[in-house]
Amino acid sequence: MEKTEDIQMLIRDLFASQNLAVLATHNREQPYASLVAFAAADDLKFICFATPKTTRKFANLQVNPRVAVLINSSTNQTADFHKAISVTAVGDAEEIPAADREQFLPLYLAKHPYLEEFAESPTSALVRVRVRSYYLVKNFQKVLEFHLIP
Amino acid sequence: MKVSSHPMKWILTASEVGPDDRSRIGGKAYALACLSGNGFRIPEALYVTIDAYTEFVRRTGLRERVLLELNRKNFKDMRWEEIWDCATRIRNMFLRTPLPVEVEARLREQLEAGFEGRPVAVRSSAPEEDSARASFAGLHESYLNVNGTDAILAHIRKVWASLWSDAALLYRQEIGLDAETSAMAVVIQEIIVGDRSGVAFSANPNDASQAVVESVYGLNQGLVDGLVEPDRWILDRGKQAVIGHTPAHRQSRMIPCADGVMLEPLPQALADAPPLKPDEVRAVFELAARAEDYFKLPQDVEWTFRGEVLYVLQSRPITTLTGGVAQDNRGWYLSLHRSFENLKALRKKIEEELIPGMIAAADAMAAIDPKDLSDTALAKEVERRWQINHKWVNIYWEDFIPFAHGARLFGQVYNDVMQPEDAYEFVDLLVQTEMASLERNRMLAQLADRVRSDQQLAGQLRSGDHTRMDPDFFAELEAFIQKFGDLSCAITGGTQCVQDAAPLFNILLEMAAHPRPPAGSRKSNPAAERKAKFLGHFEGEQRVRAAELLDLARASYQLRDDDNIYLGRIEARLLTAIQEARQRVETAIQSGVGKPALEDLKKVLDDLDHRAEAPDPYRQQSGKSFNIKARQLVGQPAGPGLARGRARVIRQHADLAGFRAGDVLICDAVDPNMTFVVPLAAAVVERRGGMLIHGAIIAREYGLPCVTGIPDATALIQTGDEITVDGYLGIVTVGSAEI
Repeated sequence: MEKTEDIQMLIRDLFASQNLAVLATHNREQPYASLVAFAAADDLKFICFATPKTTRKFANLQVNPRVAVLINSSTNQTADFHKAISVTAVGDAEEIPAADREQFLPLYLAKHPYLEEFAESPTSALVRVRVRSYYLVKNFQKVLEFHLIP
Repeated sequence: MKVSSHPMKWILTASEVGPDDRSRIGGKAYALACLSGNGFRIPEALYVTIDAYTEFVRRTGLRERVLLELNRKNFKDMRWEEIWDCATRIRNMFLRTPLPVEVEARLREQLEAGFEGRPVAVRSSAPEEDSARASFAGLHESYLNVNGTDAILAHIRKVWASLWSDAALLYRQEIGLDAETSAMAVVIQEIIVGDRSGVAFSANPNDASQAVVESVYGLNQGLVDGLVEPDRWILDRGKQAVIGHTPAHRQSRMIPCADGVMLEPLPQALADAPPLKPDEVRAVFELAARAEDYFKLPQDVEWTFRGEVLYVLQSRPITTLTGGVAQDNRGWYLSLHRSFENLKALRKKIEEELIPGMIAAADAMAAIDPKDLSDTALAKEVERRWQINHKWVNIYWEDFIPFAHGARLFGQVYNDVMQPEDAYEFVDLLVQTEMASLERNRMLAQLADRVRSDQQLAGQLRSGDHTRMDPDFFAELEAFIQKFGDLSCAITGGTQCVQDAAPLFNILLEMAAHPRPPAGSRKSNPAAERKAKFLGHFEGEQRVRAAELLDLARASYQLRDDDNIYLGRIEARLLTAIQEARQRVETAIQSGVGKPALEDLKKVLDDLDHRAEAPDPYRQQSGKSFNIKARQLVGQPAGPGLARGRARVIRQHADLAGFRAGDVLICDAVDPNMTFVVPLAAAVVERRGGMLIHGAIIAREYGLPCVTGIPDATALIQTGDEITVDGYLGIVTVGSAEI
């Protein structure tokens, strides 16, 4: 059986190797998916991303903070079917309060230095998703759930 | 030999093979092509490059299907039986996937031009053999006496499939080769029906100053497969002279037959004389020495004489001398596969020698009551019984486990002939054998019928009151317990079970509370029809052999159940002695009386503790901030169907008593002593993987969805969890869909 630490390592490695995530939001029962540049801390409690406040995704999560985020290692090759792993996180999104911004912005920019201007624009929001659970899919169909204990 | 290579060519002739082609046709083929241009007599051959293989698996999608199959779960988590299952499914994919029209047309044209209908050998030649500097000898398949282009094309696919045989998979994993880049070349070789054949080592692996020549009558296959004992000559390499001859007990030879090869008794005139005359021994040695000169490495040469003409069939470096992978397990992987002849001999040994031996060993121990022994004698007896048990456990691994290959060998032949959609259809022909567990389940169903139709009886069972029970029913119940125990015991004759009829009563009540499954819900019995269809593919002598193989497979399958029971009896005798020893030590400690002889007992018990196996690694874990929960687990699809139900996790035998109709049975391994709950179950999930294990077979019997080989099944699933079992895909889903 996989050890918790091994699984956490696997997720951390995946997050380190990937720049982009698919963010799923919804509004009035209409799901909406968008691509975001993300970063996560080693404790895996939060996933954060930057977005202009004018976007549909930001409007959606203002109305309904429950979101899902998908990060995967597929490479658009046939081999993905046996090789790729994928992690779906579900949780609640919120714009990072000013007090915590100093903690998250450096983390975000360390991974995406080219997004400094974008992230720091007054029209952009730095958003964090407080993860409740991770769903890890590997070996094509094996799915494990990880519930974060608050 | 040409210098340039041919990037798009799928078939090369010997004269077309260039130095760059080694990685495209494999070392075996390359060596033959080299020799043929340099004065050695080689059977005429064509070389199918790995490009043909690659094109086939790419165009048909087989490439990713194979990799998906191999990556269902971590390779290291797979038991050998699961790997065999993977290999079987992959082989069936290759058998059932036709060559794309264009690929077939190109191969067909060249094969027809090359052999014009002459019989050929179709041999594997894997390029990895060279890169690994390891010997793949015997791990991939070769076929002799293949007739006609259609048959050659079919056998090319079989050789390709053997790249993924269980033994090859295990070996490649062990020596660290990447499955993703594996490919297979094939040699199509004119068959030389030699009358004397053999092998020659230009240098003796045990003494570099010597060479070795071995020879048999007939085809070389008899020697290579270990079925025909060879005459053996040792030569002095320097003096080029024979210094020793060990004659064989010459009895049989391998000859070509309708569609393959067969063993036949040796005519007396031949049995009296060695297969080679002295000058022929020297000719063979000189051939090996010349091959060594040519390749600059000591060679292991397979050769054959047709009349007076000496042919080289194969030449490869002697890996033990050139420092191949040290101490690898190839030999063991190979031992997993046994030939028909070898299995027949093994069956005889098991039935006539080993099983009577096990019964005698258990009986002899039973004749000594540990209670009658002094402390010192008991300490000796515990040690003695441990040794006896240990000996039989080893025999179990060495002889009984390999005999299980009888069922597999049959499966392979069945799949080759029938090419069924379901690679495990052949199992239906094996389960006809009467097993003790099936008889027990039938008796149990009859008892439940009585309870179902008799409310009063049900009430008496519920209250555990058997004093006022109908005497007839009580007698039947007694007879059942007498024969099969009270269902609280994991091992027949085990020593640590509680004499308690409650579990049996519970199960009977549960069975009675639900209508008896209609006879039709059990899978109809297609075995007779399947058997007739299968045997109908053979004629004459071949049909007799096919029927013999089926008979062997049935014996092999039945033994899978029975050997556990015999071994259980021996283990029970060891446990009885240990229990007595423990009791004495505890009593002495409590009473505070120390006796010197007790030290012997303590010591022997301590020793046994140290020999005990490592604790079960599959234990529930709890993370600190992270709580693992399984959502969807992947194992091997072992019984088709889809079912949902409450999980009943069996961690110890007593857990069975609470089994309810419609529960999903989750266990480490279904053993013959727990199958009575299977008729109540909605589905079966087990940790132990494999299609031929008991749980899978019995689930198939009852038409239940079954998934095996879920490494952490009993740890990740809890009793009461809602479980969905997908027996088609081998997926178990835990819990509801809510986030």
